Amino acid sequence: MSTLHTLSVLVEDRPGVLTRVAGLFAARGFNIDSLAVGPTEKPGMSRMTIVVTVDKKPLEQITKQLNKLINVIKILEHEPADTVERELMLVKVRAEGEARARVLEFCQVFRVRVSDATHQTLTIEATGSPDKLSALLELLGDFGIVELARTGRIALTRGNRGIRERSLRSAKAAGGEDASWDGGGV
Amino acid sequence: MKVTGAQALFKSLEGEGVDIVFGIPGGAILPAYDPLLDSSVRHVLCRHEQGAGHAAEGYAWATGKVGVAMATSGPGGCNLVTALADAKMDSVPMVAITGQVPTPVVGNDAFQEADITGITMPVTKHNMLVTDPGEVAEAIREAFHIARTGRPGPVLVDLPKDVLVNETTWKWPDGVTLAGYKPTTKGNVRQIAEAAKLIMKAKRPVLYVGGGVIKADASKELYKLATSGQLPVVTTLMARGAFPDSHELCLGMPGMHGNYTAVTAMQKADLLVALGARFDDRVTGKLDAFAPDATVIHVDIDPAEIGKNRVVEVPIVGDCKDVIGKLAHEIDKRQDEAGGVPDRTAWLGQLEAWKQEFPYAYDQQPDGPLKPQFCIERLRDAADEDAIVVSGVGQHQMWASQFWHFEKPRRWINSGGLGTMGFAVPAALGAAAGMPDKRVIAIDGDGCFQMTAQELATSTTENIPFITAIINNAYLGMVRQWQELFYDERYSQVHLTYDTPDYVKLAEAYGCVGLRAEHPDEVDAVIEKALSITDRSVVIDFRVDSREMCFPMVPAGASNDEIITGPEGLKRANDPAEAPIA
Repeated sequence: MSTLHTLSVLVEDRPGVLTRVAGLFAARGFNIDSLAVGPTEKPGMSRMTIVVTVDKKPLEQITKQLNKLINVIKILEHEPADTVERELMLVKVRAEGEARARVLEFCQVFRVRVSDATHQTLTIEATGSPDKLSALLELLGDFGIVELARTGRIALTRGNRGIRERSLRSAKAAGGEDASWDGGGV
Repeated sequence: MKVTGAQALFKSLEGEGVDIVFGIPGGAILPAYDPLLDSSVRHVLCRHEQGAGHAAEGYAWATGKVGVAMATSGPGGCNLVTALADAKMDSVPMVAITGQVPTPVVGNDAFQEADITGITMPVTKHNMLVTDPGEVAEAIREAFHIARTGRPGPVLVDLPKDVLVNETTWKWPDGVTLAGYKPTTKGNVRQIAEAAKLIMKAKRPVLYVGGGVIKADASKELYKLATSGQLPVVTTLMARGAFPDSHELCLGMPGMHGNYTAVTAMQKADLLVALGARFDDRVTGKLDAFAPDATVIHVDIDPAEIGKNRVVEVPIVGDCKDVIGKLAHEIDKRQDEAGGVPDRTAWLGQLEAWKQEFPYAYDQQPDGPLKPQFCIERLRDAADEDAIVVSGVGQHQMWASQFWHFEKPRRWINSGGLGTMGFAVPAALGAAAGMPDKRVIAIDGDGCFQMTAQELATSTTENIPFITAIINNAYLGMVRQWQELFYDERYSQVHLTYDTPDYVKLAEAYGCVGLRAEHPDEVDAVIEKALSITDRSVVIDFRVDSREMCFPMVPAGASNDEIITGPEGLKRANDPAEAPIA
């Protein structure tokens, strides 16, 4: 059974880092579902949020291999129940005649905004959990989707602590010195 | 002090204690070759960048220091790729320095431009493109730090021509801080105690020793652990010499062409203690059937190796020297408390019986065709026992590993993981350059030799002598063996001929001494003659029996229980569709 996993990867903001990370997934036979990159609260550091489909191969191998990249500082595998996950989506949908009112109705129900309108279409800007966006998209599909752009998921763990204070879950499993092994490279 | 980027490069190499660089100049790297003339660093001018790369590897294997190769942009860097991939697979500490087209034209398809950091990303531990002469020193410092620490590996530093030419203020960084790179070297003490507990309880333990033990310089610690705990040892292809072959606890090499006793001991073991080894498919055979009864303790500095191929009961991340030392101490303590070494007489007796029953074997008839194993044994017996042996890849490699007696670490150099034919001659050059007081002997195949023989010219002109013993069977022997066994003796594209080229004449053309033995009674005289020459390289053409096959053999994809000890045990699979997957 394949499942989706969300990883947050803290990296140095250096040329080629994205290639290194993406290349590693490809080389080890993992499929990236979505990938979002942006700056963080700390200058020189970027955060990648990677959603990956995991089939038979354990995710642990890819997180360990990622950790070996010199520019990767920290990796966190999110527990869905313990995570706030959001995605932004722009969708241009056909909305003429009667359909227009129904599309606007759905926008209200889902609390999303209309960012652009023509006589034929509405462009909707939606933020939310991946589940919410999928549900909205399914409804809008009936009217005819002209164009769709999604940012891919971003995620933060609930609670007080940031990623930098957390250690990789597999650290103990790998038998490292608990205090000193924080997922630093090899 | 104002320096150019190129001057900063050599000041940095000197700062890292580099004594030798193997390389070839070219357009983009030209500015670096001028300050070289004023530097204490010796440059060995190779004849092909792949040769320079393997020479840097051979140097690193033999000395334990970081090997350095230098090449120009484009084709120069591209020719280093095989050596980098080889170094990555075998965890060889190496720094490659490449020239690059000037930064304003990077990405413009300029003359001799190649995106070498992009190309080498998957085959290096790390690489970097330097865009400012002020960053050269830091980049070199980081490159050496990354190459030699943690799990060692190759690092490439790409230097655009303008970065080499432009000036900066010289500053040697105090140290290296890398936020994302902090290898764990100290093993977890609780895990080590747990490992010791399992070892004390084990009835049929085996120490499965890999190349990490040599990389960590942990042979002394291993000797202590094995001897005080009376624990039998197998040394993988990467670890030959980590434990002395002459010791009664040494079972030899495991794997596809390993010793029957080493292979079977692992199959029957109730405890495997993997030390700096990675459960490679050439060792495990069919993974599901490998060491089915064994509990596994796995010590490795790379957490990604632990649990990658085999589920592990006691994982220990750390440097082998630290962990094995602590483990030996822990075993000593527990044995003192228990009043001695646990009784494993039956197991040790069984191993000894297998050793007697299934030694490596071959049949050299006095008038029969010359056997490769015989040549290697005669060479071994005549050579200084402290000699460094280098091999290429194939049958000759397996025979060399099987029949040589390795008593110390860093006396055996070969291409294990990548299996790079052509490794031996340039790696021997590098080893001989790094260890000028030691005898270096390359045992090579005729196929391998022809891939990189041009470095014999380097050997002559740079005065770096070594011996190359070509096990010339006129074939790509290992491929021929597979075609004989699994493809119904349909030989396809494997015949190279004994005499093209004429290896003796070729050696002479390169300024070396060329010798030849075709009959068993010529072997000793040729070896004696070769060993008497120390002022130039020697090439011996041993014309050996083409039909000789390498045994024991575990067919690829088969269980290690299906080990075939000799030709009489062969069951020919004549349907190519049923041939094992290489």
